[in-house]
Formats: sequence, structure tokens, C-alpha cells
Amino acid sequence: MDPKTYKFDTLSLHAGYMPSKNAGSRQVPIYQTTSYMFDDVDHAAALFNLERGGHIYSRISNPTVQVLEERVAALEGGTAALATASGMSAIFLTIMTLCNAGDHVVVSSQLYGGTVNLFRLTLPKFGINATFVKPRDTEGFKNAIQENTKCIYGELVGNPGNELMNLPEISKMAHDAGIPVVIDSTYQTPYLFKPLENGADFVVHSLTKWMAGHGSSMAGILVEGGKFDFLKTDKFPTMTEPYEGYHGLSFAEEFGPVAFTMKARAEGMRDMGPCLSPQNAWNVLQGIETLSVRMEKHCSNALKMVEYLSNHESVAWVSHASLKDNPDYELAKKLLPKGTGSMIAFGIKGGKEAGAAFIDNVKLASHLANVGDTRTLVIHPASATHSQMDEATLKLANMSHDMIRLSVGIEDIEDIINDFEDGFRAAKKPKLVANK
Amino acid sequence: MKFKVNNKEVFASTGGRPFDEKKPLIVFIHGSGLSHITWVLQTRYFAFHGYSVLAIDLPGHGYSEGPAIESIEEQGKWIADVIDSVNIKEASLVGHSQGCLIALECASQFPDKIKSIGLMGGAGAIPMNPELLDLAEKGDPKAVDLMMDWAHGPAGHFGGHPVPGLHHINLGGSIVINGSVKNALGVDFRACDNYKNGFEAAKKIKCPAINILGDRDRMCPIKEGKKLADNIENSEVEIIENCGHMILLEEAGKSLELLKKFIRKNHPAE
Repeated sequence: MDPKTYKFDTLSLHAGYMPSKNAGSRQVPIYQTTSYMFDDVDHAAALFNLERGGHIYSRISNPTVQVLEERVAALEGGTAALATASGMSAIFLTIMTLCNAGDHVVVSSQLYGGTVNLFRLTLPKFGINATFVKPRDTEGFKNAIQENTKCIYGELVGNPGNELMNLPEISKMAHDAGIPVVIDSTYQTPYLFKPLENGADFVVHSLTKWMAGHGSSMAGILVEGGKFDFLKTDKFPTMTEPYEGYHGLSFAEEFGPVAFTMKARAEGMRDMGPCLSPQNAWNVLQGIETLSVRMEKHCSNALKMVEYLSNHESVAWVSHASLKDNPDYELAKKLLPKGTGSMIAFGIKGGKEAGAAFIDNVKLASHLANVGDTRTLVIHPASATHSQMDEATLKLANMSHDMIRLSVGIEDIEDIINDFEDGFRAAKKPKLVANK
Repeated sequence: MKFKVNNKEVFASTGGRPFDEKKPLIVFIHGSGLSHITWVLQTRYFAFHGYSVLAIDLPGHGYSEGPAIESIEEQGKWIADVIDSVNIKEASLVGHSQGCLIALECASQFPDKIKSIGLMGGAGAIPMNPELLDLAEKGDPKAVDLMMDWAHGPAGHFGGHPVPGLHHINLGGSIVINGSVKNALGVDFRACDNYKNGFEAAKKIKCPAINILGDRDRMCPIKEGKKLADNIENSEVEIIENCGHMILLEEAGKSLELLKKFIRKNHPAE
């Protein structure tokens, strides 16, 4: 006897939506509206006081966006989700819901450059400070926890160096200290890895990347696991004590396994307002419908590229956890059995200049500041996505000037390799100096 | 709020308002393995509209001290003890699933204490599937998955939670799994399976009752709900379409409207 609840691929297509409640429309309708009619004054008052569910204003919630939220919650195994305008706003909203001025966060040092700057430069302006720990330094996370630490934050596979955090071990340490773990799972998507089943309490995504796949729309999301019990610690008074903004409501008492999402929406979306447009939510839903088939192709192409790059005379090193000599190989086998993802970092012989020549001479691979597109993407992080980081921070993130970040697309692998051959050929040529 | 019943600590949500013993009391009783969280889309409304609300965590559930009580009859008596412990003479009871059996027992054992009973997915008996019962008693989380599958109708399986962003099955499962599958869900399922007094209890009930049923309920099908109502002297039945057993969440708005009308008529607030 087994439960007949829907499985991953079915959920990718159907979760969060019932045509029967939407005039029979097979496709999810785009509710392009700012606001929603109340039945009467009592109904309006009840909605504003969180006495009943429903939509008030599209900054707080929207029916099209709601489908996306339920779909991602279903795929991640979460109790609730809250979609935002971008991945960065999902991260900001998460931290601002967890932390107050004077609080502290322990953060993996290998993160998307924008996230590093958020923790390094912007959050301190709100009185929230961070200690950075190298992703492989599991004990280092524990040692960095302070009395005022409110969470551990990281990416399972760090951007751009591809180093893994031992999430199950780090989560145990965090929970022993009475704090939750937040994981940015953009690189994996729930197809490859479910952080909530491996110790994380909250997941954030830039849905702009693999989840959508098409590279057309910005979107982010926060997913709650429902297991972190705020009432078992006195560290989170804004979750547990009466909140003036809703007539003395204790979010943790009233909403339990969805308390965090309820607070992030009721307070965060109300006050900060990083809402996702219904059009972009719909665009992302189109991508999620084919998540499994795309991720399989991304991963199989990535393995072929790892093999190609590892044997190439112009490549100094390759970082991808599928490689047997990679320090994370065993951990990746355990945590990522369906594939280690389509992000590859490699060093090009000849350093920064060779890297620039390579990037300027590939034609199929797109040079741009994104990852997880269906198309192959390349960038030189030290001069682009991570260029606002100082030398010390680059070193902590284990980033070198010869590093090229590759996001492997789902084109025919022969075409990607042929394109790279052109890039490597150009990178080997001596630089011509104009004859004045 | 936390208070003592029979010298053991009990947690109950008061719906976001301080408890006021001068207002008419409604006690909400959750289903097997669940907690007060399931009632959030009913309790807050009543708490802000003239009532005192206690959405209790049964012993051994949520934040109430254990162990879980092993029989429906004793659970019914325990609800009467809850009412006594907050110094109120009479209350209305609102139950879901196993909570309906408990409400029946309490109302039949203590007719002077109970003003009206609202049932959601109520039946006179809840015999358990032997395999599900066995899994729950062993503490196997698969019992939770099976329960969530059977308990939810189309909205639970596909989506469309009344509160934007919430996921029916994962939220329901999380409430049960955050408690004890063995010591709460297992004990509850056994108590339901053992309970044979539902129809006799129903015949003794004189206060008004409403049974709100989902037409897609696989755990307490409509015919069982109607059969129960037929055994209560002053009873009405309401059926919500395309709704499973988790009526209080799947159709939170419709069930609240029905409950509002029923409670206001039979246990009015000033």
C-alpha cells in the first residue's frame, strides 16, 4: 500500500492549479490586476486581519503567482512558498524576516557575487553582520556561531568555485545551536537536490535560472520546510511574541509550520514590496513544466564538457564534483545522485588575458551575467559577476583570475565543443600589437 | 495560551486575542495526529467577533504535555475538564474527524456544558484501515503520507490553498510529522478504531448540531456523515462540493461561513 500523491514530473505540470476553479482554462490564467473585490466590509476586515485566506492587493499575493508558489512548494517538499521579484529579493526578504539590527549570520564564502555584497556591504547598514566561512570548512560554521547568530546561509555548490557544503552536518550543528539553515538551491533545482530533506529549513531560488530555463524573466522564491520550531527557542521574538502590526498576533503560535512564510508575506511584502509580476510568474511556470527533461540534458552535457575540458591542453584545472579527484566527489555522490549540475569552473592556461581572448572568440556560448539558461553561457567572474569583491574576499571565495565560469546549455554537445575549440585556439595566439 | 488541566500543561490557541472568560466559549478539537494549527482559518474570525476561542492541542499533541489519551470516551471527558479549568459553565464544540467523535462523547456525557456542536467530516465511527493503523503504531512516516493522500480531495492534491502560497498536503503532513507518529497519531488511530459508542452518544445529544461534509471525503464519506446526523435529534447537514476530508482547510471560507451562521444562531455573542 503506497500513497497515490502525485510525483515530481506530474507536479511540475499540475501542482498549484485546478482548471475547474478557473473557468476550465487548461493553461494558468494571467491575473493582470492590482486588487481584488471584497464581498462586504466584514470580508475585507477578515482578510486584512489574517482571519481568512484570499487576495487583497497584488503586492501581497496574486492568483497567478500563487500557482507558482504552490508548484515550487510541491516540488521542494515545502509547507509554503513566497515568490519575489528576483532571487536577491528572496534572500533579502528571508534575512530581514529572520533578523533584527544587532543580529549575526554565518555565511558560506562561496556565493554569487551579489549575495556576497548583500552580506558584506548592505546588511551591515541595517545592523546585521556576517562571518564568512569556506564551504568545505564544516567545523568552521559551528565555530562561527555567536550568541546573536540567527541562521547559517549558503549555496550547496558554491558560485563560482563549485565547492560543496556538507549540508546535513552543518544543519545538525545549526539545529543544536537553535538556529535554522537557509540554502540557495538555484544551481540544483529540486530535480537534483531537495535541501529540506537534507537538513535545511528554508530554501531560496533565483527562478530566473534553471527553474525557468528560458532566460526571459526575473523571479525568485522563498520556500519554508515547516520543521523549524520557533517556539522552542527564545532567539526569535518577532516570530513568537505578539506582533503589533496584526493586533498582537504570534506568528509561530497561530501558523506553526508556515509561520515564517506568513510573516514574510504579511510584513515583508507589505513593507518592502518586492512582488513578482503575474506575467513573469506565468513565464516561469512555462519553464518549470519541462524542468526534468531539461535538467537531464544539462547534466549529461555537463559531464561531457567536464571530460573534454579535463583532457584539453589549454585547461589548467577543472572544478566539478563529478571528477574523481575532486575533494567533494564522495559528498556529491551522496547528496547529488541524479547529477552534479551543469556549472563548471575551469582555469585557462595563460591567465586573465587568455581568458579574455577565449570569451571574446566563442560564438555559440553567450558571454553574459546569468547562469542556468538553456543556452551555454560563459563569463570571467573576476572581471564581471564578482568584480566588486576585493582581493581578500576573492581569495576567501577561492577565486583566481584565470577562472572561467561555464553554464552548460542543452545544445548539441558537438557544437558546444567546436565552439570552445575556436575559443581555445584564439586564446593560444600571441596578442597582436597594432603597428603605429 | 498555556494552562493546566488535571495538573498537566495544555496549550491552546486563543485565535490571536487574549482569553476572556466573559465571552461565549468555542472549543475547537483537532483530528488525529494534528494540532490547533488546522483551525487557524476559523479561530481567528471568532476570536475577533465576540467569542473566546480555545483551539486546544490534545494531550501529547502540539505543545500540550503527554501522554496522549487512549480512548475517545476519556478524551470527551477531558474536553469537559478543559471547560471547567477556564471557569466557564458552557461552551460550543467544533470538531474535525476524530475531534467530532470527541465532541459527540463530551456532549453526550455532559449535556449541561455543551451549547452546540459543529462537526466537520463527522461520522459515528471511524474504523481504521489495518495496514494504516499498524504503520502509525510503529511510528512509520509512511502512515502520514497515506493519511495525507486519503484525507485530501482534489484541491489538496492539485492546489489552490485558501491562503496564498500554502501547500495543503505538505502542511498537513508537517503538522503530524512534527509531533509523534507513534505516540500521537498511532494512539489516536487506535482510539478511533476502538470507539463503538458514536451512535449511542449521538442519540443522547439534545443540543443543536451541524455536520459539514465534503463530497469527495474518502475518510468519512457523506453517507456516514448523514447516518450520524440522523441519530442526532436536532441536527443539520451541509455538503461542500469537490472537497475532501480536510474541509476546514480545503474549503476554509465555505466552512467558516456555515459555522458562523450556525454558531451565531445557537450560541450568540452579545
